[in-house]
Formats: sequence, C-alpha cells, structure tokens
Amino acid sequence: MQTQLKINGTEHDLDHDPRVSLLDALRNHLNLTGTKKGCDHGQCGACTVLLNGRRINSCLTLACMHDGDEITTIEGIGTPEELSPLQTAFIEHDGFQCGYCTPGQICSATAMLEEARQGWPSHVTVDVTTSPELTDTEIAERMSGNLCRCSAYPNIVDAIRQAAGKSA
Amino acid sequence: MRTFEYSRAADPGEAARFAHEGATIIAGGTNLLDLMKLEVMAPDRLIDINRLDLKWIESTQDGGLRIGTLVSNSDLAADMRVREGWPVLSKALLSGATGQLRNKATTGGNLLQRTRCYYFYDTDMPCNKREPGSGCAALGGFNRIHAILGTSDQCIATHPSDMAVAMRTLDAKVEILSNEEGVRMIDLGDLYRLPGDTPHIETTLKPGEMITHVILPPPLEGRQIYRKVRDRASYAFALVSIAAAVDVQDGKIATAKLAFGGVGPCPWRMPQVENLLTGQTPSAHLWEKATDLLLEDATGQGSNDFKIPLLRRTLAAVMDEATRGDGK
Repeated sequence: MQTQLKINGTEHDLDHDPRVSLLDALRNHLNLTGTKKGCDHGQCGACTVLLNGRRINSCLTLACMHDGDEITTIEGIGTPEELSPLQTAFIEHDGFQCGYCTPGQICSATAMLEEARQGWPSHVTVDVTTSPELTDTEIAERMSGNLCRCSAYPNIVDAIRQAAGKSA
Repeated sequence: MRTFEYSRAADPGEAARFAHEGATIIAGGTNLLDLMKLEVMAPDRLIDINRLDLKWIESTQDGGLRIGTLVSNSDLAADMRVREGWPVLSKALLSGATGQLRNKATTGGNLLQRTRCYYFYDTDMPCNKREPGSGCAALGGFNRIHAILGTSDQCIATHPSDMAVAMRTLDAKVEILSNEEGVRMIDLGDLYRLPGDTPHIETTLKPGEMITHVILPPPLEGRQIYRKVRDRASYAFALVSIAAAVDVQDGKIATAKLAFGGVGPCPWRMPQVENLLTGQTPSAHLWEKATDLLLEDATGQGSNDFKIPLLRRTLAAVMDEATRGDGK
C-alpha cells in the first residue's frame, strides 16, 4: 500500500505491506537508522520519535496510519555541526555510555520539555491544577518511558535539567 | 504478525458497519499492535478510526464533560477542566503507562485494553480468554498480578486500566454507537462482564458497536484521591489501586465513592461498602469494617494472597487521607 510521510521536513512516498511499523518504515525503508529498535513492544523508548510534535513509540504504530503526518526523528533534531541544546547537554554531562538509547532519550526529552512548557502535570505533581517546576523527581517521572541499560540516569537527568534551564 | 486488510473509516457509522462485518477497530493501537505482534490477536481486517472527529472534550449543559473516544490519555489528563473538577481522573491517567504511550493511547482504547496476564500473552500456554476451553495456566501458576475478586474457575485475570477505575468512581457513562440500534448510553460499570464460563467475552458491546464518548457527571464535592501501589515507582501496572471521592461534612462522611483496580476483572466497585461508610464518623475501626465487607468474597490464588492485606491497608490509608481535617 501507499503512504506519504513527511519526515524531518522532507516528503517520502512509501510502498509497503500494511504490517510495517513506523519504526521499520524509518529504519528499513528510508534508511533513517538513528531511531533505534530496542524491545519493539513500547517498553524501552529507544524508538521514540515526534509525531506532529508529540513523542510516541514508533514501534507501536503502523506506517499506514500516518499518511500525511509529520514525523521528526533524531536526524531532524540536530546535526554533528549544529547540535540541539539537549544534545549539547548530553555530551557535557556524559548522559550515556553505549549510546543505544540516546536518540530515543533526546527525542523524548525534546517533547517532554514542550509538555512541561505547556504546564502538563505528571504523576509526581502534588497538585494537578498547578504547572510544576521541573525538579529532578519530575524529570525522572516524565522520562520513565526511556530505559537506559547502562543506567546513565543521573547524568541524563543532569543534562535535561541544564537544557530545560537554557530554553526556559 | 499475520497479514490483514487495512482501511480508514470515513465516519463513525462506517466504522460500526465494518466492525459489524468482523473488522477490528484500531485507534491508538498501543495494546492491539503489541498483541498482534505476538499473534495473541490476529484480526483479518483493521478499521482505523483515527481520522474521525471524536477528539474533543465538550462541557455538557449540566456541568459535566463529554469526552470523545479518540481524546488521548495525555490530553485528557492535561485538560484544565479535568484537573480542577475531576482530579482523580487526571491522577489516575498520569499514574499509567509513559509519556509516549499516553500520547497515543485513547479514551475508548484504554477502556477496552486487554489484560496483561502473562499466560494470555504467551501463546504456548493455555488461556481460556485467548483460546476458550484451553484452560487457565494462571490458576496454580504464577499469579502475583492476578485478581482476588470477581474471578471464576476459568479466569483470574485483572483489567489493567487506571483510567477506568477513576471513571468508575466518577459514575461515568459510555456512549455507544450501534450499527443497528443507533446511539445507546450505559453506565461504565455495565460495560464489563465478569469472566464466568466465558472469559473471552469481556464487555457487553455487541458486534458492530463502537464507543464514541465517555460522559462524566458534574464534579463531586469533597476530596479526590488516586492511590496506586505497584512494584516500581513509575511505568508499572497496579497491584492494588483505589480511586476515591469522599466528602466529609460536620465530621461525618457525607458521600464516599470508591473503585478498586488491580483486584478484579473489571474496575471494581461495591455500593454496600459505600453505604456502610456513609453517615459515619471516620475511624480505623470503620475502615476495618468496610474492608471486611469489601473482601468478604475475596480469594487469593497463592502468589497474589498478599493483595488481600495490601488492599486492607491501602483502603485505610486512602480513607485516612480523604477524611483528614475538614475534608478540603
């Protein structure tokens, strides 16, 4: 079947089996291998991309469901020459070891900071009618969909805190 | 994954018609696609309803809310009307899944998600829910996450939703579009069926019926709490959860609405427990009496025996918090 996806600002026409996940479309059909396949069941967050600006697990959705949608992958967040503030912060704080979860962490954190800017509460927000400060506890809760097997969590939280401060 | 035909519904009527012909409705897909990858579910035909105009939260004339079935769990949790008037719903939603999943998961899909029983997911094991008549491997197996209320000798699976537990406390109604009968409205409590001898039939929805909205009555007086007890601090299903809306007037409980997650095959509610609490002065003894009644028919299955004392303690903690001070 035919699907048109706008990925990082460029339109791509796909001819594919309906079973192809958005993740497999990115990696296997479009060679955008920055997005990683971890568990393939929505549990690890390595495949996180932005769908019309919102973070999702690209493994748990079908490419055909996204005809005309705008997808942002790690390749669209920054380049080696022009890093995003989060990417810079991850390097400065050593927010990784093996790096496999990092594209997902950065895509997820990019959207998470926008959610926080819009005043979304989280599970650890005591009063859900307020727009909470991004404390370390808030950052950890909001990033619980991204696992890091190297357990670089403290440095990931440091990096996100720094990026949140810069963009505030 | 088995292959399937895919099409997009042009309007809700078409979706209901396709569903009547045997198609499986897909919305967020976060549970369905996972089950399809494992071939626990293998629909021949998917009807995608994501482009339908059911993404809105409308205020109703009586001061309630009408929530479109495609409203994402994120949008529902972040809606300021929900946060102010029905905070237990916002809290329950935020306690479930992850940021990524809540962005995709929908209101109707959350209600209709399947159990996370390990044996339901493992196609090498018997499961009456997945394959009627094959047996229940959870009975006598690993059943730490399983139900203590409302079970049968065919199935002891729980309903995994947090959102549905809060909605049950809030007396939510479900608006259903039927291919043959038009629109009908039922109490959320009447959506679910107990397993009995037919654990594969989980709801009262008929073929060709689709949830289009969830209706919340006007906000309740008093304090609203969602307490979820689980193995991890985040991104884990409830072992036990309680959604409470409790109003205290002049030192006595004026109303107590309580629903329980992680303990039954559906969001569990027992009006007798609420009646027992109503009009009474808060006390540890009262919580004991209420829990005795709630747990009268509770049965542990071995590894989940701990849920009985856990529910007792969690209810006491929730009621203490709900009735502390002047109830504000």
